[in-house]
Amino acid sequence: MKPMREMQTPLLYALLAAGLAVSWQGLYWINGGSALASPGQAVLTLGSMMQTSEFWLHALETGKALLYALLIGLVGGLAAGLLLGVNRMARDVSEPILLNMYAIPKVTLYPLVLLVFGLGLSAKVAFGVMHGIIPIMVFTMNAIRQMRPVLLRAGQSMRLTRRQSLLHIVLPAILPEITAGLRLAFSLTLLGVLIGEMFASQRGLGFLLTNAMNLGDIRTIMAVALLLSVFALACNGGLMWLGRRLSPR
Amino acid sequence: MAEASSAPTSAASPARRSAHQLDGLVRIAVVIVLIGLVELLCRSGLIQPTTMIAPSAMAQHAWEILREGKFDKDIAISLANIGAATVLAVILGFICGLLLHALPGLRSAIEPLLASYYAVPTFIFYPVFIVLFGVGSAPIIAIAVLLAIVTMITATLNGLDRIPRALHKTARVLRLTPWQSAVRVKLPAALPYLFTGVKLVVAYAFIGVIASEFILSGSGIGYAIGYAYNNFENNDMYALMFLVLASVTLVNLLLNALDRRLQARLRR
Repeated sequence: MKPMREMQTPLLYALLAAGLAVSWQGLYWINGGSALASPGQAVLTLGSMMQTSEFWLHALETGKALLYALLIGLVGGLAAGLLLGVNRMARDVSEPILLNMYAIPKVTLYPLVLLVFGLGLSAKVAFGVMHGIIPIMVFTMNAIRQMRPVLLRAGQSMRLTRRQSLLHIVLPAILPEITAGLRLAFSLTLLGVLIGEMFASQRGLGFLLTNAMNLGDIRTIMAVALLLSVFALACNGGLMWLGRRLSPR
Repeated sequence: MAEASSAPTSAASPARRSAHQLDGLVRIAVVIVLIGLVELLCRSGLIQPTTMIAPSAMAQHAWEILREGKFDKDIAISLANIGAATVLAVILGFICGLLLHALPGLRSAIEPLLASYYAVPTFIFYPVFIVLFGVGSAPIIAIAVLLAIVTMITATLNGLDRIPRALHKTARVLRLTPWQSAVRVKLPAALPYLFTGVKLVVAYAFIGVIASEFILSGSGIGYAIGYAYNNFENNDMYALMFLVLASVTLVNLLLNALDRRLQARLRR
């Protein structure tokens, strides 16, 4: 089963995409056309939207917030995960707290973020970081736990300093796990940024969505949703590929 | 800890248990210290009351809200939506999981979709559901189900995959009918995995319902928080936040405790 999957992955994904498009079209026909946009209409709407400079301003705003939030989440999560992960006690104490924070509906905290950071880019970035940083921390901590102890012992016998062993042993060893964490963090950060834009914002793709929602403009909604889905899936695929490249096996 | 590592494996378990209890105590202490720190920052005026009110004030106001019944309707609506979404996601996810497990061809076609499902922020389809179903409970429940169902499908597949082969054989030796072997053998064997799915479904249902209410809705706790924010009613807003966070944490602790007991049964 496994070799088959590896050989035919592109074909499988193409079939899957075709299947999704067909069922979307079917749903459109069932609903009678006014309540839903067909795949063709969504693509056309997206195409004409992409020719306006206004759309690119919104997309750029979302992209900027996403990039900042991801960078801060990755660096911060990695640092905090390494700090907590190297100590068994700190790890065992903090992990359930982190998992509980992960399960909390963070939207409820968005007003707090707005009150602290004010309306604008920084609030969106902070909210994105809140979503993304926890998976990166948890994955980093887990990766350190599952690291083969012989690696660290080899470092000790070579008399590496703490910093050297962190940089040259721990970090490379946990890299594949971190890309898995980043994959989860990526989608959550994107979600955080978009929710941030959907509530109390005047710019970004999330704002475009709420605006279209208030106008009942289903074509724009589905065009933006299509764009975001394709973008998210493409980035996810890229990170998956990177994770496979980085893993030693 | 030195004892645990030097002791033979049979004696290691009580030592490990006491280490576990110590972790729990430290964890509670850490949480209390953190909350106390926030309390101190608020009370000393370093954090302005216009930004955030002290945790003790949140708790006090939350208690008043519950006693006066000011937001009873919103709380009831949110809980009903979360309940409906949980039940629907668990049942539908379980059925989908059973079907996919019975049809390996379809499963191998759909599995990549399941693996990258959470890459797409499902929530962006909420506007689509609003246009489809109108404003009300239906689009909210729909988005929460959409968010939660895939964890249940994955958990069901996982549970069915991991039923030991010996159990299948025993069922056949005992000449159980397919129905009997499903109810008496397979279901109990897969139960711990299914419960892990249920646990995640509850978390996702909370997130989906409250986030939808927050963005666009006319009722519910999420809506009440957004409304209080827009009207600068910080006391109500923080009290409601406190209620949501406290109840989610409580539900999580409860489900985790149940989950641990089931997992322990699995290892026995």
